[in-house]
Amino acid sequence: MTSLTLKRARPDWSGIAFAVILTLVIIGPLVVVATWAFTEVWRYPNIIPQKFGFRFWGQTLGRPDVWNALMLSLKLSTVVTLLSALICLPAAYAFARMKFPGRDILFFSFLAGHAFPKFGLLVAIAAIFLQLNLIGTFWGVVLIQLVGTLMFMIWIPVAAFQAVDKRMEEAARDVGASPLRVFWSITLPQAGPTIFAAVLLSFVGTFYETEGAWLIGAPGIRTMPVLMISYINNQMVIQYGAVLSVLLWVPSFIALMFARRVIGGGAFARGFGG
Amino acid sequence: MSVLHIAEVTKTFSGGTHAVNSFSLDVADGELVCLLGPSGSGKSTLLRMVGGFEQPTSGRITIDGEDVTHLPPERRPTGMVFQSHALWTHMNVFKNLAFGLKLRRMPAAEIREKVEAVLELVGLAGYGDRMTNQLSGGQQQRVALARSLVLEPKILLLDEPFASLDQHLRERLREEVRDIQQRLGITTLFVTHGQDEALSMADRIVVMANGKTEQIGRPDVVYRDPKTPFVAGFIGTMNLVEGEVKNGHFARSDFSFPLSIADGPATLAIRPEALDLTVSETPKAKVHRVTDYGSHGLVDLDLADGTRLKSMVAHPDLFRTGQGVDLEPRAVAAYRNNQQIFRS
Ligand SMILES: Nc1ncnc2c1ncn2[C@@H]1O[C@H](COP(=O)(O)OP(=O)(O)OP(=O)(O)O)[C@@H](O)[C@H]1O
Ligand SMILES: [Mg+2]
Repeated sequence: MTSLTLKRARPDWSGIAFAVILTLVIIGPLVVVATWAFTEVWRYPNIIPQKFGFRFWGQTLGRPDVWNALMLSLKLSTVVTLLSALICLPAAYAFARMKFPGRDILFFSFLAGHAFPKFGLLVAIAAIFLQLNLIGTFWGVVLIQLVGTLMFMIWIPVAAFQAVDKRMEEAARDVGASPLRVFWSITLPQAGPTIFAAVLLSFVGTFYETEGAWLIGAPGIRTMPVLMISYINNQMVIQYGAVLSVLLWVPSFIALMFARRVIGGGAFARGFGG
Repeated sequence: MSVLHIAEVTKTFSGGTHAVNSFSLDVADGELVCLLGPSGSGKSTLLRMVGGFEQPTSGRITIDGEDVTHLPPERRPTGMVFQSHALWTHMNVFKNLAFGLKLRRMPAAEIREKVEAVLELVGLAGYGDRMTNQLSGGQQQRVALARSLVLEPKILLLDEPFASLDQHLRERLREEVRDIQQRLGITTLFVTHGQDEALSMADRIVVMANGKTEQIGRPDVVYRDPKTPFVAGFIGTMNLVEGEVKNGHFARSDFSFPLSIADGPATLAIRPEALDLTVSETPKAKVHRVTDYGSHGLVDLDLADGTRLKSMVAHPDLFRTGQGVDLEPRAVAAYRNNQQIFRS
């Protein structure tokens, strides 16, 4: 008993150190970027900016290309996520519950696609898209980003479906539900929180995706992150990029709040196997 | 009127396991039949074939004369209660019970009426709004039973429904289920590997081993007159003594017993309550341990070669460890080649 209290009284230094490092690494850059976004004058030796203000916000938000990019990004992410759910969820269910020839190889191929350097793969796909006249089109970008979501939208839901008690599904068949009805009324709600997490991840992931969007979308399609990169690369004014990146936090933030409200903290942790 | 007819059903799994082997059984209207057998004897597989969750490799299953062998579970008039209760945790109790009725497109008012009636039946009136994880293990199992009963199945299937509950609760639920089953007159197939469960509930018992029937009969008959040594050893406590018969006497070590059967090897089966002990100058066995249960006592004995026997005695205080005793079986059965060849 004494040893137990002693142990608890001693601070867990490695844990604290880990938390501090994590905070510095994650929060630090965010603070710097956020500060830049509200800075009007900040010259070298000073630790804090000389002049704060919203001047660059007005300038950035006044540009029509920013608004177009934002709308385009939202539209893209929504379409890609919906399509991905439509394709991947039934596929994930099949992987989790059914036995068919080639199942393991097919399943593994989803992982393999992500094991190789992505850019090389993208270039190869771009070459194909060029032939198909998909370069620079909305649907071209949808296609390429769809490929990017497969990983999340297959692997996580497969795990979620496998975690659903088979007896629950059988009990539903027993009271008269067709296989489709069982999926809709029992399996999907049971796997719900985890699948919701996967959908959220794929939405946010698509929103921030740049490589595919840039390679396939340029020059016609400019998503928000692509726009930000071009600002950072082409403009000497740091604030444009900073303002945009702060803007880009908005979807993450909304998504997280939404996630908490819909599934609650406990369920969220459970969804990730916590 | 609902009768279940299982004819020559065999199930071979893809790995080559013969889970059920040419099994036949008729269950009469309103009868409760217990499938009893050791782990892996094919009880669940058989039940799941009746419920439609496994396809028989061969054979036929009919309910009221209608062949259901190849119907999926949702089109069979059977209701299954699983060991793990398998309640839908994202629905409350009411929705769990109403789900099947909704699928049958029953009007909401009627559903409410039926669900309330069945909750009353299983002693859970007023629990409709609870989530399933707000119920005790026994209550969850009652809801699972109610979920099947509310659909008025022709055949009720139960797969070790009380296995995860404690002894006390198990006994109470056993009685409740038996009461409900008799009141509704519902034809029931019940899987268990607890023999006291089978003996106390069943109209008939099917003792299974290796996917086959060892014996079918009323519980008291199976207990009193086991037809194979396996059944003898499986139901109740039984002394099984392997020995040799010669000149009308069965012998094992110092113990011998007059037995008028042909010479050769035999297995003698004696219930502890049919084995009398007397303190003797010329002992055949030695007392190993005496256990006093209050109402009766149990004496463990060793024959000279170490064979362990049990005897139930009315006065355990008459015996002490190390004492020499003589044995007097009052009733025995003898088996040879897995067949009963003698019974007294
Ligand atoms: N899906 C399956 N695939 C392959 N073999 C199986 C399958 N289900 C059961 N078996 C095998 O069939 C045999 C009978 O299993 P079953 O579950 O019917 O036994 P049981 O009598 O219900 O046992 P228990 O009392 O442990 O529940 C076992 O050898 C088991 O390993
Ligand atoms: Mg079983």
